[in-house]
Amino acid sequence: MRQQDFIQAALAPEAPVPTGLITPSGAPATRRFDVYRNNIIVGLKEAIAASYPAVKSLVGDAFFEAMTGDYVRAHPPKTPILPLYGADFAEFIDGFAPASRLPYLADVARLEYALRQSYHAEDTCPVPAAEFSDPLLFTRQVVLAPTLIWLASAYPVTKLRRFALDGDRPSGGAEDVLITRPGYDPIATAFPPGTIAVLDALRDGMALANAAELAPSDLDLSQFLGTLLKGGAIIDILEGDHDD
Amino acid sequence: MLDQTKQLPMGVGVGYKSKHFSNISEGEHPVKWLEIHAENYMGEKGAAGGRPMAQLRALSDRFPISVHGVGLSIGGEGRLDPDHLARLKHLIDEISPASFSEHLAWSTHDTGPHSGYFNDLLPLPYTAKTLARVCDHIDEVQSTLGRQMLLENPASYLAFAESTYGEVEFLRAVVKRTGCGLLLDVNNVFVSANNLRIDAYDYIDAFPHEAVGEIHLGGHDEDQDEDGAPLLIDSHGREVADPVWHLYTYALATAGPKPTLIEWDTDVPEWEVLASEAARAALRLEQVLV
Ligand SMILES: [Fe+2]
Repeated sequence: MRQQDFIQAALAPEAPVPTGLITPSGAPATRRFDVYRNNIIVGLKEAIAASYPAVKSLVGDAFFEAMTGDYVRAHPPKTPILPLYGADFAEFIDGFAPASRLPYLADVARLEYALRQSYHAEDTCPVPAAEFSDPLLFTRQVVLAPTLIWLASAYPVTKLRRFALDGDRPSGGAEDVLITRPGYDPIATAFPPGTIAVLDALRDGMALANAAELAPSDLDLSQFLGTLLKGGAIIDILEGDHDD
Repeated sequence: MLDQTKQLPMGVGVGYKSKHFSNISEGEHPVKWLEIHAENYMGEKGAAGGRPMAQLRALSDRFPISVHGVGLSIGGEGRLDPDHLARLKHLIDEISPASFSEHLAWSTHDTGPHSGYFNDLLPLPYTAKTLARVCDHIDEVQSTLGRQMLLENPASYLAFAESTYGEVEFLRAVVKRTGCGLLLDVNNVFVSANNLRIDAYDYIDAFPHEAVGEIHLGGHDEDQDEDGAPLLIDSHGREVADPVWHLYTYALATAGPKPTLIEWDTDVPEWEVLASEAARAALRLEQVLV
């Protein structure tokens, strides 16, 4: 028996049991092989359910079961780190025809995965907020924390997630979302569309003052900066001026 | 030289679940050490952080830790994943655990259209070829980590027509060739013996107990096989069954005291339930200690 054949049969519910897998009396181990089939699929589906409670709540249990069944068979984990399984679940949802009536579903999945990533991300030491009182610092390059994640959505995605988990009615339109982790619990904060251009620029090495010029006119800059600082999102300020 | 100086304390441990963090840290209980699943404390890019790592660091200051891997795929056909081995080394170096163990099983397949990690402990035939491969993998793990590892006997649901070794004979050969230790899962012995129609007590009699550094106890479920006979499933979702307690008592009488773990991984109960399972094990362990 090649392990390739074992896996292929385990992922296909109707496939025959690979030859050479037997019961104590030497017969083909049909029910016995189903134990592995079941363990693999159920375990992976549970891992996805643990990461995506809002998606599950929005589509209902039966739909979620069917959707995750398709997903785990086509996209088994790439590493044994199960808490981080499902990075491409949102992309899968984008292409999953039965979910097309919920066009925001993939973005809710993106947000849930970002929160999970932030929760598990490496610990770093934030720059103390007091250092930001020196205006010179705004001309320097900064290093962003691995707990800081951002995404843009055409939908009020943070409100949709809260609706899914707590039942508050969602309202509003497109959002850019910042995930920060003050302490151990990540939070998602919604900002006007276009805000993440500032973060993309910071990540690419632009100084704070220059990056801030890319902000949309309706962004409250001091609230934005406050979210970054409270979330410990800036972990280093590099020496030397940067005027690019 | 492999570091063989580290070992678990002679007492009862439990599989650590984050919902029990404050019970473990604050209360009086019979639990002397904790086992964690290595893969819950690894990052894909960079190290793992956040609350899980902070809790693990806090616990490892107070309790000896057993790091139990589920993802190395020791029984895999391919080579060990170097990235995964590096993550494991990082965790072991940071936590400096009392023990590291893995399974006689495979869980990763890295070629062809179905490559990935399959989150289950999949079975392998016992042949000269698989023996050589398992030993190569264990050699690589032990030399990378610079310490001895324990290898756990699996729960089996089926047999392989091509097997030429019995399981105990296979494990003995692995110990002899690699110098690794063994983790004797008594529930797995009971489950496999029922499912493969062998005698669990014979299995315990034949086992190389001198190599055993840890015992596992856990709960199993019952299903039906092809002929309607009981097929036991190693589910870790309930109390240890009475016949498994008997087999454990027999193993202790045969082998002497061994650090013993209660495994409970699904439908994890309130702390009191888990602690009372640990107390049951501690009582049996004490009887062979005096
Ligand atoms: Fe076990």
